[in-house]
Amino acid sequence: MSETKTGSGGLMGWVDARFPATKLWNEHIGEYYAPKNFNFWYYFGSLALVVLVIQILSGIWLTMNYQPSADRAFQSVEYIMRDVEWGWLMRYIHSTGASAFFVVVYLHMARALLYGSYQKPRELLWVFGVLIYLALMAEAFFGYMLPWGQMSFWGAQVIISLFGAIPVIGSDLALWIRGDYVISEITLNRFFALHVVGLPLAIIGLVVAHILALHEVGSNNPDGVEIKQNKAEDGTPKDGIRFHPYYTVKDTFGLVVFLIFFSIILFYMPEFFGLFLEAPNFEPANPQVTPDHIAPVWYFTPHYAMLRAIPDSFGGVVVMGAAVMILFFLPWIDRGKVRSIRYRGLGYKVALMLFFLSFVVLGYLGLQPATGLYTMLARIFTAIYFGYFLFLWVYTYFGLEKTRPVPERVTMP
Amino acid sequence: MKTFLMILILALVPALSAGAAPVNGKMSADVDPHDKESLQRGAQAFANYCMACHQAELMRYNRVARDLGLSDEDVEEFLIFMPGVQAVDVMRNAMTSEDAEDWFGVAAPDLTMTARRHGPDWVYTFLNGFYRDEGRPLGVNNTVISNVSMPHVLQELQGLPDPVREEVNGEERLVGFELNEAGMMSPAEYRRFTRDITNFMDYMAEPVKAERQRLGVYVLIFLFILLGITYLLKKEYWKDVH
Repeated sequence: MSETKTGSGGLMGWVDARFPATKLWNEHIGEYYAPKNFNFWYYFGSLALVVLVIQILSGIWLTMNYQPSADRAFQSVEYIMRDVEWGWLMRYIHSTGASAFFVVVYLHMARALLYGSYQKPRELLWVFGVLIYLALMAEAFFGYMLPWGQMSFWGAQVIISLFGAIPVIGSDLALWIRGDYVISEITLNRFFALHVVGLPLAIIGLVVAHILALHEVGSNNPDGVEIKQNKAEDGTPKDGIRFHPYYTVKDTFGLVVFLIFFSIILFYMPEFFGLFLEAPNFEPANPQVTPDHIAPVWYFTPHYAMLRAIPDSFGGVVVMGAAVMILFFLPWIDRGKVRSIRYRGLGYKVALMLFFLSFVVLGYLGLQPATGLYTMLARIFTAIYFGYFLFLWVYTYFGLEKTRPVPERVTMP
Repeated sequence: MKTFLMILILALVPALSAGAAPVNGKMSADVDPHDKESLQRGAQAFANYCMACHQAELMRYNRVARDLGLSDEDVEEFLIFMPGVQAVDVMRNAMTSEDAEDWFGVAAPDLTMTARRHGPDWVYTFLNGFYRDEGRPLGVNNTVISNVSMPHVLQELQGLPDPVREEVNGEERLVGFELNEAGMMSPAEYRRFTRDITNFMDYMAEPVKAERQRLGVYVLIFLFILLGITYLLKKEYWKDVH
């Protein structure tokens, strides 16, 4: 881009006089200064963006051959798998990509918790991120219905009936969502519209807002040090390096590592032990026959476990909703003055590890039948999940945390 | 290694034949989508014995031909028995579902995806799980689907095993089979025959399996080379960052 910096002349000069091409490039890539001490956890932001692009592209090709009708949906997916040239590859990319999206996003969110990336001044950045997560959950839910297998049908049945548990408006709300008294082709059609147009637009818009907010406040880092506070004479942060070429080459390496894992799953275990593609979904939807055991896809199982842990159905819906909604308030629940877990108090470290553990255990429990010991465990770990936020507020609001001194400058890994 | 294991298993199976596996859990079909001979035998057995009643509506004959190294003429000669059906057609059954409901009380399910829905071992165990049960309308029952409405169509090949029952905790339980009325095949031949059908059904449920496994190797080789290049590129750019 060296010729663009000179400005006025040439083709770029002509464009720049009419559109801020060079300005945008420099603000967001060429002269965006990121901390130089990013570690493993910092790959997942750019990876999430790549997976979004993968999903959009593979989705476009699937849409060319998929038919959203109750008679044809299941068959058209198998038609893509069998008769469409490379259709199987597009389908497996899309199904593996859906799970990969959640893996990457969960790790990305874990990073924010580890290094306090949601704390001031990054509250809005975090809020946009949680909105993306919410939109992604809706997108995945709508998409899971489209193959019109047994789990597509009955999973949607269970989740929509949750809205029916809301007092007074519940049953009308569920009816409004379905567009019919039972799940039918009408539901399938509207879920298709939302999956391929509505939510992708929302997600893209939110991702733009997320990146704009990030580039406004600058990236956090594993030390939680604000690099803008130490600037060289030319006004650039001493601990910052240009995103391009430094992080573009680093993230490219990370992307290849990701693609290796992605390809191993795609080519050798596309069902991933029944977690990415569930066996009952290889049977066409049958409203007359309920499967023995209905479990959502793995990325919803923590929430499903919390739902079942509460004996009252409306209570369960409230708890499940609260588990996601409480994330919005995290920047204001945590009053801590130190961002990175490296310099936070022991109490914080233990609490955060318990929080991560509770999420994983709940995810496991959501796949198991809700009986005896499992229900008991689900209750305990639901309490730990919410206990984290309560503990965090008490711990930081009353100044109980004994932090370690934060260094002036970032430390290299 | 696989062959050695097969030999070991086959050597051990007769010794355990009284308590043969289908009664206690699943038998392992050890399917192999790359074994074209087994798939060809399976396809023919499937066409001969299964497709009178069952169909595989999502599978085309010419796709079977292409993947299994057969010509369209081979397929029309060996797999298609119905007049007017061509290699480009999907694999439909001879029996109508109305007849099926009259004769067996239920339409024969489509088998295209069965091996993927339940797993190949489930299919293999089912095919080895028929036994005599005079209490049933057709005189047979099955360990995998109890009170199955399907007749034992492979009875002429396998014979009909008699159930061996024992008292366990005051309850009479099925503990094994005894083959008193042998069929045209020896037990080992029958197991191979049903394994071929299972292998074919597993192929049919995901015809691209062998192809994706073959292709994956090249994709991974490419990615590992790219990994080396991108690693060196990153190192080169980052050498002045301290």
